[in-house]
Amino acid sequence: MTPGQAAASSASRKPTQLSGPRRNHLARVARDWDELLLTRRGRSAAVDEDGEDADGRRRGAFSRLRESLRATRQALGSEVAATFSRTLTAHDWDALEESLIVADVGGPAAAEIVSGLESTVRRERLDGDELRERLVELLAAEATVTGGAPLHIDLRPEPTVILMVGVNGTGKTTTIGKLAWRLTHEEGLRVLLAAADTFRAAATEQLERWAERAGADIVTAAAGSDPGSVAFDAVARARGEGYDVVLVDTAGRLHNQEPLMAELAKVRRVIANQLAGAPHETLLSLDATTGQNGLRQARAFADAVALDGIVLTKLDGSAKGGIALAIARELAIPVKLIGIGEALEDLRPFDPDEFARALIE
Amino acid sequence: MFDALSEKLQATLASLRSRGTLTEQDVTAALREIRLALLEADVNLEVVKQFTAAVRERAVGSDIIGQLNPGQQVVKIVHEELAELLGGPAAAIEFASSPPTVILMVGLQGSGKTTATAKLAHYLQAEHHSTVAVAACDTQRPAAIEQLVTVATNAGATVYEQGTERSPVEIAKWALERAKQDGKDVLIVDTSGRLHVDEALMAELGEICRVTDPDDVLLVLDAMTGQDAVNVAAQFGAALPLTGSVLTKLDGDARGGAALSVRSVTGKPILFASLGEKRDQFERFHPERMAQRILGMGDVLTLIEKAGKEVDERESEKLEARLRQGEFDLDDFLSQLRMMRRMGPLQGLLSMIPGLGTQLRGMKVDEREIDRIQAIILSMTPHERRHPELIKGARRLRIARGSGTSVQAVNQLVKQFAHVRKVMRQVGRGRMPDLAALGRPPR
Repeated sequence: MTPGQAAASSASRKPTQLSGPRRNHLARVARDWDELLLTRRGRSAAVDEDGEDADGRRRGAFSRLRESLRATRQALGSEVAATFSRTLTAHDWDALEESLIVADVGGPAAAEIVSGLESTVRRERLDGDELRERLVELLAAEATVTGGAPLHIDLRPEPTVILMVGVNGTGKTTTIGKLAWRLTHEEGLRVLLAAADTFRAAATEQLERWAERAGADIVTAAAGSDPGSVAFDAVARARGEGYDVVLVDTAGRLHNQEPLMAELAKVRRVIANQLAGAPHETLLSLDATTGQNGLRQARAFADAVALDGIVLTKLDGSAKGGIALAIARELAIPVKLIGIGEALEDLRPFDPDEFARALIE
Repeated sequence: MFDALSEKLQATLASLRSRGTLTEQDVTAALREIRLALLEADVNLEVVKQFTAAVRERAVGSDIIGQLNPGQQVVKIVHEELAELLGGPAAAIEFASSPPTVILMVGLQGSGKTTATAKLAHYLQAEHHSTVAVAACDTQRPAAIEQLVTVATNAGATVYEQGTERSPVEIAKWALERAKQDGKDVLIVDTSGRLHVDEALMAELGEICRVTDPDDVLLVLDAMTGQDAVNVAAQFGAALPLTGSVLTKLDGDARGGAALSVRSVTGKPILFASLGEKRDQFERFHPERMAQRILGMGDVLTLIEKAGKEVDERESEKLEARLRQGEFDLDDFLSQLRMMRRMGPLQGLLSMIPGLGTQLRGMKVDEREIDRIQAIILSMTPHERRHPELIKGARRLRIARGSGTSVQAVNQLVKQFAHVRKVMRQVGRGRMPDLAALGRPPR
């Protein structure tokens, strides 16, 4: 059984309805960089130059996200929002189901989630604001993976190797650039980038620009050379020269193109051969605009290279990335990071509460 | 997992056969399945609602006597409506009366604009013998200009670029002047990807549009796009005079319902399908194929229909009749194999068969195996092809030698054929065969 399948089968046993103490279960989720990144100095030791506390920063980030979601919210959410001020009727549950469908959660998953929510809410006899908060909480729990991959990113191995994979145009290179900036500037780590997308024209140049901006070093190779050898060289250099983190960029590939998926599996093997236990973190870059195909993407990449998490990109548009909910349910792969803009600091830890709120607001 | 819509509809409407007309309730039951299928294919919910309303109107009370079965009938209506909605009048690039024709490429980040720009340049040179230049107006994404220079130059187009210092609007204006001076037939303007909710960048696109006065404004859309496709199309459509769209990454396995959303929101045709990493994997959009893809349609009979179009209607009818009577022989099998080859790569064809798609996920089709099968059949006498049960002993050895294969290979083919024929007979009797069994070796 591959890790992906194992995760899938454990997820399928996860009950739709929730019971027991939810708060402590949710508290395990990383909502902040300090919680997401596990560094050798303990939890991330990000310095607050601006004097803001972690909660303040988080609010800042998500008020921006919320701001960018305003347009859509107004377009489709008013009906649902109005709903939560009173007791729910069958029509309201339909409206909730539709808002989940429109958020790309998928028809069958939306139906299951709504019927689960409905029976929980009935049992607990909730209404008004209480009900609204409870719904957000229940949806957030749906988006939270339990029993799957760990919810943090462990940066304690020296060096930590992070492999970035995904379909063409989902934002791998941009994510690596932003993550590199975060790790160098905010965490004070030495970061090495590996330009293992040797296929797409100018992909290496693109990553070089990001390396400059982020203050990271980079290992490159000629166009068309073996991506595995770039990754190998980068990991070898990181070990020799004491880098903290290696971020490996790979060429975008469609998950149904078998030779390309085999190539990716080879890149992973090559990294493991150079450094036992690596890659320590394999992240799938997933465009929030993606529809139901996202589930197939996640499944195929998980089968080929065993995913530890998802980066949900382009959440600053009007798409809500609901397919991540379906992926959490089916495959138990957690979203760890979200991309909400083009600036260096526009990469954030995933917060299931905010995600859930955006789904129905 | 999603099963073929036609199978579900057949199950839903199974009881109808005797009655002869579709009632309101039957249609409602069928439409529920259609709704789910379309949502699974990422067609936008609002579009689905409008679409199912249209299908309901046509389906209620329609006469199904003489049809294969009610399920097929509903599928037929859905398919026709879908193809019509996707297709409309034959669409093509609008060429300017005096060159250069200006084509503006717009879309979200990562939708494939730069790749589509190079492929379109290649296409216009190959199909229309146009001289093509491209304007590099993506000054936003790091190394986007380098990428365009590489791919467009490889495609044989001239690239007009001025680095990232000047504004995209200035570059576009300048490139248009250059194209006029150089006497280019076509200028394709590549722009940076932008979110439709980004007002400043959308205004910039409007400005590029104003200074270049394009003949075509093409929205480049990822075939994997979900429900949000309507918002993207609506916002780009509001900001720009869109004339059509290009659907990219169709070599993936997304059903591509976004095509329907975009078509329905913009009212403009989908002009091109982009399906691969190579520059010639770019073609005119086929509404018919897209409709089938979205529906996850396709069963043995649909395959025969498709085959029929590739060959001719009469031959296909004959084949269908023979199938149903169970008179399917190796000659038919051979001509079917040839038709299938003509229809394109087998991998794609297999994915059309419902149920088979998921079960054979990851199975590779060896096209050479088909050649070997053809060779074996061609080494048989016409009599043997009609009566494969005769193939034993000396005949088997002769066929193996004649085809350059082995006795085992001949044996396997004969056994497999017997199995296929059994399945075909089931189809003939109107039962849904166990299609997955086709992919299994015979017992």
